[in-house]
This record gives sequence, structure tokens and C-alpha cells, in this order.
Amino acid sequence: MAEKKFNALPGFGLTMGFTLFYLSALVIIPIGGLVVRTLGISWSEFWHLATTERALAAYKLTFGASLVAALANAIFGTLLAWVLTRYDFPGRRFIDAMVDFPFALPTAVAGLTLANLFAANGWLGKWLVPMGIKGAFTPLGVMIALTFVGMPFVVRTLQPVLENFEREVEEAAATLGAGRLRTFVTIIAPTLLPPVITGFALAFARAIGEYGSIVFISGNLPFKTEIAPQLIVMRLEEYDYAGAIALAVVLLIFSFALLAVINVLEQWASKFIKG
Amino acid sequence: MSIEIRNVTKQFGEVTAVNRVSFTVSDGELVGLLGPSGGGKTTVLRMIAGLEMPTEGDIFIRGQRMNDVPVQQRNIGFVFQSYALFKNMNVARNIAFGLKIKKWKKADIEARVAELIELFGLTGLEKRYPHQLSGGQRQRVAIARALAPKPSVLLLDEPFGAVDAKIRQELREWLVTLHHELNVTTIFVTHDQEEAMEVSNRIVIFSRGNLEQIGTPREVYEQPANEFVARFVGVMNVLDTEVRGGIARIHELEFPSNGHPEGSRLRIGFRPYAVQISNDLSLLPYRAVLRHTFFLGIMLRLELELPSGLILRSRMTKEEYAQLGLEDGREVSFQIKNYRILASENAKLAPEMESHYQPPPTIGENI
Repeated sequence: MAEKKFNALPGFGLTMGFTLFYLSALVIIPIGGLVVRTLGISWSEFWHLATTERALAAYKLTFGASLVAALANAIFGTLLAWVLTRYDFPGRRFIDAMVDFPFALPTAVAGLTLANLFAANGWLGKWLVPMGIKGAFTPLGVMIALTFVGMPFVVRTLQPVLENFEREVEEAAATLGAGRLRTFVTIIAPTLLPPVITGFALAFARAIGEYGSIVFISGNLPFKTEIAPQLIVMRLEEYDYAGAIALAVVLLIFSFALLAVINVLEQWASKFIKG
Repeated sequence: MSIEIRNVTKQFGEVTAVNRVSFTVSDGELVGLLGPSGGGKTTVLRMIAGLEMPTEGDIFIRGQRMNDVPVQQRNIGFVFQSYALFKNMNVARNIAFGLKIKKWKKADIEARVAELIELFGLTGLEKRYPHQLSGGQRQRVAIARALAPKPSVLLLDEPFGAVDAKIRQELREWLVTLHHELNVTTIFVTHDQEEAMEVSNRIVIFSRGNLEQIGTPREVYEQPANEFVARFVGVMNVLDTEVRGGIARIHELEFPSNGHPEGSRLRIGFRPYAVQISNDLSLLPYRAVLRHTFFLGIMLRLELELPSGLILRSRMTKEEYAQLGLEDGREVSFQIKNYRILASENAKLAPEMESHYQPPPTIGENI
């Protein structure tokens, strides 16, 4: 028999109990319910419902556009975080506050605004559409909206890491003969990689689940600009519950797999960090 | 001559961090820059490295003017107080970093890294990351990394600041040994006078951006250039006196006025070893009670309380203490064998007054 471990902070039983309850009520039971509902459908029926051509097109757009958006956010979010932490300039605090804007703005408003902006008669669309860049009612529009909603994640995960980065480490590299570029590539970038991956994962996950802003900007054309969550809504409106659930389960499995892959990637990238 | 600092001034905005400082360091010397924090010593070190630019004045390394040479090309090794190791690289890669930049051949890099790992007692730790090392090991990796490309000068900023007392002592001894073996010109910064005394060939003392004195540990201890140095290096009893009736007095103590006019104020200082104690109450001129004895290994520090309440510090060896049969609370007689006028109204530092000069015991021991 193992002796009961002494812990200076009491209350493990209570807090753990609550944690499990909370997690069950909010996450496990709803997802479990979804899976149980699927069991009512036969395998061949499920496969058929989940792989209709319209569904495949929707998956492709959802995951493809989310990936592009998350990558864009990873690159430009890193740049933004870099500028915000490394330099002091007038208006820095204002820009810093603006980063959270996509979090605060109702996504429907964001979608509406973007659709207006990029429509053929919109401020930007007026110039862009004649040049062949159609930012509304196209897959590009979906990407723009997803980039917008996922923007804060990389910036916010990267900022504390950049703030804690010792100036002396860069100076040490310089005394050893390393130029700016070399210092960035060999020392700064590897340190930034784990938080960038985390931010990327968050932005990606957020983009896969995004619905509100896309409805307005995509135009919802089947096979062209219809995202998977939209298709689920569509099926529900047709009272096709089995079809909706099949799509939902596919999204769920994809999201799960993605989370797992990203976790592994993160661990690999942060092997030099304490732990 | 390896390094020359000529009339260097550094200003940060309105603040003058370093004020017209000049000194030279010879090839193979181990020099300590000593001073209280904010004294400008780290700024001087950073200017030698090229991490700061002097506002005025010139810096020469091996006769070549360095002001316009960027840090990357100065061929210096710099060890930061925080060590600043590359967290994403293991020990071997940290040490190899400078060599890769200098485009050494792969085999040469491997040989050099292996040599340093061996020399620095890091065998078996090559594949560890910095967070898996102890403070002392990190420090050694930092020094090995700085030395790997064979720099002409090794610069260390508070190298022992971040480790505990025991390791600190070991590292000091190790640095002296290392310097002896490699004979690379070394400059280090410290605020700890004991450390500077023990490690350096010569000490450069800074205060508020000014260079106060340069000399061997013994010189700055025995012949301080001014009151600041006298008080900063080693322990000193300091008393403010006033000349009355041809004698400088404070409480029971009297010192010859040495020509200072009546009524002038003199600041008098004397080292603890100058306070001689006897258990024979009639032997020496003053009386005091031994208030407390501090045991610091072979040397003891004694606190004497005079009848007026004045406290003086003295010191002696354990043997002397036992011979005199002393213990806390005993009444003793004492005399002050030699003292120094640190400051007077005409503000000049007078030479030490000696009755019977005795060399001080272990220099630099903080007693």
C-alpha cells in the first residue's frame, strides 16, 4: 500500500471532482451524445452521407482556407508581435489594443464589413475586382475572413516569449561574431517556434469552427464557397439530422487528429525548454 | 600592451556613466574592475567589447583603434552575468557556435570543443541543454564558449554574481588557475572587493563614473589614493574628530593634530588590525569591553565597546585570542597602532601615520 502523499495545499479531491464534472458537462457529454447519435446510422449510410461530393468540397474549403489563414497569421502575427515588443514608437499601445479587436467584434459584423469592403462596389472591391481579385463570394473571401478572426492568437502567444527574450543572448551571439541575420536564424527563430506553433494551432482551430463571418462573405455557393459548418446548418434546415451528424463527426475527428499532430510538433520544437 | 582606454567618456542622455577614464592592460594580465553598482565599470567593459560606443575617447586593442570596429570583428570573448547561453543548443553546440561563424573546419571544431569540454570539466554533459545544468556548469559553458575562438581578450561581467557562496569560492580559484594556464588577457567586473583582491593582478577602482585608483591589490589596500578607496577596499574604522587643544579628539580617543589648526575637523580611519588588544588593563592607553567575537575561520573579528559607547572593530588570530584568554564581556586595554587622516578641511589625503609599522595579515580578507 502506498502511503497517502502529503500535500501542503489541501482540496485535491474537491477541485479534481469539480474539474471532472465541469469537463464532462461541457465537453465529454455533448461529444459523447454526438457519437451515440451516429451509432443509430449504419456504417455504409454514414459513409455515404459523410462523403457526398458537396460535403467533400465543403471539407476541402474549410480545411484549406483555415490552413492558409492560420499560416498567414503565423507569419504576419510573428511580425506584428516582433514590432510590438521590440520597438517603442508612438501609437504602440493603440496598435497593441487593436490586436484584440477581432476577439471583441461579433463575427457577423466582421463578415458583413468584409463583404461590403470587397464587393464589386465596395471601397476596396472597386479597385480590386477590375484587377481580377475578388474578395467577396469567393474562396479568397473565406480566407480573408478566417485570417481576420484568427489574427490575435499568434500575436498573443508570442508576445510574452519575445518580452522575456534576453537582450544579452543576442549580444553574446554578436561577440562571437554572428551578424543580425545569423543571430535571428540560429538563435531567435528556434526559440520562437514553439509559441508560433501554439498560436498557429489556436488560429487553425478557431478557423475550422468559424461560421458567423463566413456566412456573409462566402455567398454559400454549393461546391464553391460553402464551408462545412454551413453545410451542417443546411442539413439541419432540411431536417436531415443523420446527414448533419455525419458531417459533424467528420469535423470532430479531423479536429482531434489535428490537435494531436500539433501537440507532437510542439513538443518536438520545444525539446530544449524545461520539462 | 594589450588594451588601452584613452580618455573615454560615456554619456547616456544627461547621465555621465563614465567620465574621462584612461588605463592600460598588459598582455596576459588579469585585471579586476571594482566599484559599487552604478560606478561605470560594466559600461567600460561593454565599451571594450563594442557593445557600447564611447561618447568621447579611444579604445585600442593590441595597438589598433577599435572605436569603429563592430563587436563581431573585435575578436573578444564576453561572459555575461546571466551567462546568456543559447537555450536551443546543447553544451557542445554552444561552445562550437563562434567556431562555426569563423568557418573553422569541421574536424578542427570537433577537436577544439572536445579540448574545452575536457579543460572545463564538462565531460559527459556535451548533449545537455542549458536548463539541465547547474549554475556553476552554466558559467563554465559560458566561459568555454567565449574562449573557443581564441579571443585576444576575455571580458567577464560579474562572473560570480549568480552562484552561491561555496561555488563562488571554487570558481574564483578555478578562474585564477585557468588564467594561469591559458594566459589570455582577462578583464572582469565585480562589486565585491574581496573577490577583486583575491583574483586580480591589478585592480581598477571606479566610483560614479570616475577612475579612483589603479594598482595591485596590495597597493590599493595599503596606499589608497583617497577616502573612497580607503573605505571601499577592506574594512576600516572611520571616526570624525575635531582638533581641540592641539589634539584631534573623539570620545576617549586622541590623535595628534599634525599641524591641523584648532577647531578643524578631521576624518580619521584605521584598519581593524591596527587596533591592538591586551588583557593587561594597565598596559595600553584605552579601555573597552569586548562586546562580541565573530568567528571567521582562522581570523576572528572583535567588536570593542568603549565606555562612551563608541564601537571599534579589531581582529586577531585564533591563537592570539586563546593566548590572551579573551571572551565576550571581558574588559581589555587597547591602542591604535597606526591610522590615517582620510579627510580634513583642506581635503587632502595625508599619508598613513605609523608608530611601528606592521604588514597587514592576509590581504583582502574581509574582517
